[in-house]
Amino acid sequence: MKSSDFLFKSSASSPFTVMMRKEMADHIRSWRFIVLLILIFLTFVASMYVSLANIKSATGNAGDPDHVFLYLKLLTTTDNSIPPFHVFLSFLAPLLGISLGFDAINAEQNSGTLTRLMAQPIYRDNVLLAKFASALVLIGALFLMLALWMVGGGLLLTGVRMEPQELLRILGFVALTILYVAFWLSLSIVLSIRFRGASTSALSAIGIWLFFTVFYQIVLNLAIRSVLPDPTGLSQDQILGYNELIMDLLRIAPNQLYMDATTTMLMPSVRSLGPMTMEQMAGAIPSPLPFIDSVMVVWPQVSGLIAATVACFALSYFLFMRREIRS
Amino acid sequence: MNDPIIQIRNLSKSYGSFRAVEGLNLDVHQGEIFGLLGPNGAGKTTTILMMLGLTEPSGGSVQVCGYQSASNPIPVKRKVGYMPDSLGFYDHMTALENLMYIARLNGFEETAGKKRALEMMEIVGLSTEKDKKTGAYSRGMKQRLGLAEVLIKKPEVIILDEPTLGIDPSGVKDFLSLIKSLSRDQGITVLLSSHHLHHVQQICDRVGIFVKGKLLAEGNIDTLSKTLFGHEGYVTSVKVAQEIPRPWPLEAELMQWEGLKKISIRDSEIEFTCTADLTAALVRFFVKEDYDVLSVSQKDYGLDEIYQKYFELEQR
Repeated sequence: MKSSDFLFKSSASSPFTVMMRKEMADHIRSWRFIVLLILIFLTFVASMYVSLANIKSATGNAGDPDHVFLYLKLLTTTDNSIPPFHVFLSFLAPLLGISLGFDAINAEQNSGTLTRLMAQPIYRDNVLLAKFASALVLIGALFLMLALWMVGGGLLLTGVRMEPQELLRILGFVALTILYVAFWLSLSIVLSIRFRGASTSALSAIGIWLFFTVFYQIVLNLAIRSVLPDPTGLSQDQILGYNELIMDLLRIAPNQLYMDATTTMLMPSVRSLGPMTMEQMAGAIPSPLPFIDSVMVVWPQVSGLIAATVACFALSYFLFMRREIRS
Repeated sequence: MNDPIIQIRNLSKSYGSFRAVEGLNLDVHQGEIFGLLGPNGAGKTTTILMMLGLTEPSGGSVQVCGYQSASNPIPVKRKVGYMPDSLGFYDHMTALENLMYIARLNGFEETAGKKRALEMMEIVGLSTEKDKKTGAYSRGMKQRLGLAEVLIKKPEVIILDEPTLGIDPSGVKDFLSLIKSLSRDQGITVLLSSHHLHHVQQICDRVGIFVKGKLLAEGNIDTLSKTLFGHEGYVTSVKVAQEIPRPWPLEAELMQWEGLKKISIRDSEIEFTCTADLTAALVRFFVKEDYDVLSVSQKDYGLDEIYQKYFELEQR
C-alpha cells in the first residue's frame, strides 16, 4: 500500500494525469498486453540465446571491424537459424503498436463511455494524448528494460567492460524502436477514430502492416522490372541513379526506414545506406564510425519516421476534435 | 425573476440537408424540473449535446450557467452533469472505481473523491453493490450509478437523456422520485428528455414538446392539455352487448343533457364528448335502459394525441 500512497499523494491531479494513469492500468491488466509481453520476451530470449552461443566466434573474427563491440554483437549476431532481435522487432513492433491502439477510441464509443468521458470538464485533445502517451510509456519501459537486461546479463556472463559508445548506440536503438512503435500506434489510433467497429480498424491496420512488410517490395519489384530498362545497356552512372531511385521508393515503407536506421545504429562499420561508388570506397579504412557519425547517417530515416508519426497524430486530432460524440 | 440558467436562442443544427433542430428558443430557470418531450428522432439528444458543447450548432447560441456552450464548454461541463441515453461504464472496473475515476477527472483529490463517491452510492442506494464490477450490473442499477456519477461533481444543472428507458415500471417510479427529491433538496435544475408523457407528468414542473426539430409548445402539462383539448373536453366511450339501431331513439333524449356536446356511434360502441365528466351518469342511464354494458372507458390524452394534435395544427 505504501507505493500506492506515494502515487496518489499528489492532491487533485490534472485530468490528463488521471487519464494517463487509468489508461496505463487498463493496458497492464489487459490480456492483450500480457500476451504481447510474452511474445516480445520470448523473441528476446531466443535471439539472446542464439547470439550468446555464437558470440565467441563473432568477437574473435578479426576481419570484422565491429568485433570489439561485444554488446552490439549480442544484439546482432545470429547463426542464421533465426533473425537477430532488431529484425524480429521490425515486424513485431508494428503488431505491438497496432494492438495497443486499434480500439483506443471506438471501443469507448461503442460501450458508451466516451460520451460520459466527454461530458466531464476535460479537453478533448487530452483524451487522445493520454491514449497515445500511456501506451508509449509502457512500450518505452518495456524496451528499456529488455536492453538493460541484455547489458546486465552480458556483463555478468562475460565480464567485458562496456564502451560508452556502445551504451549510446543501444539507447539509440531503443529510442528508434519506441519511435517505430509510436508510428504504428498513432496510425492505429487514427483508424480507431475513423472506423466504428474495432475489428474493422484492427483489420485495416494489420492490412497496412502486411502490405508494407510483405507486398510492398514485391509490388515495387514487379513495377520496376516492367518499367526500368535492361541494366546491361546502361552506363555505370545510370545504374547507380536507378539504384538510388529504387532505394528511395523502398524507403517509403516505415519498416525499411526502421531496418536501415537500426542496422546503422547497431553496426558501427555501416557508413552508407545507399550504393557507393569505387571512388567513394577508395581510401576508406574499414573501421567503425563514431556514434555521432552513425546518427548523421540515419538522421534522414529518423526524421522520416518522426514525420510519419506526427502526420498520423495530426490527422487523428483533425478527425477527433470536431467530431460529434454520440453513441 | 432572475436570469434563466439555460438560455437557448434561435438554435439550429443541420446535418447536410436534414435539419435536426430548427430555430429553438428555450429558457429553463434555476431549480425547476423541465421535461423535453418528443418522439424518437425529434432532435432532443442533438439539443442536449449542443448544450454541453459536444456538438457545434449550425446557428444560434446556448448559454448554460452564464457560459456559452459552443465556445467555452469546459466551465459548462464543470457545472452540468450529463447522463446519456445509452449509458456505459468501464466493465472491468468496479462501480466504486468507475465513480472515483470521474471524481478524479473533476478535480477531487483521492480521499475526498472516495468519500464523495461513497456518499453518492448511498444516495442512489447502491452502497451494498459498490465493489461489484459494472459489467454485472443490471440496466436499472446502471441507471442509478449513472445518476450517482452525474451528482458527484456537485452540479448546478443535471441533464438526463431518456433516464427511464429500459427500466421496469416500479424502477421508473423510484428513479423519478429520487430525481425529484434531489432537485428539491439541493436546488438542482433538472432537464430530462423522454418520449413517455406519463413519466414526465409525474415530476416535471414544465414541459416542452419537441417534434421534428421544433419546439411546438411549452408550459406545464395541465395548461398544455387544456389549451389543446379544452374545446373538446371529456370523451367517454361505452360499449354495449346490443346492436345500436340507427337512428338511435335515445339520442335525442341524451342530447338534452347539460354538458353533452356530441354523440358518435360505431356499431355497438358509442362515444360521448362532454364539457364535464359525465361517465357515471352515462353508465347509470345505460343500465336503466336495460343495455348490457361491456366496457366503459374514459379517453386519456397521451403524448400521442398531443403530438397528433400539434401535427394537425402545424399542417394548417
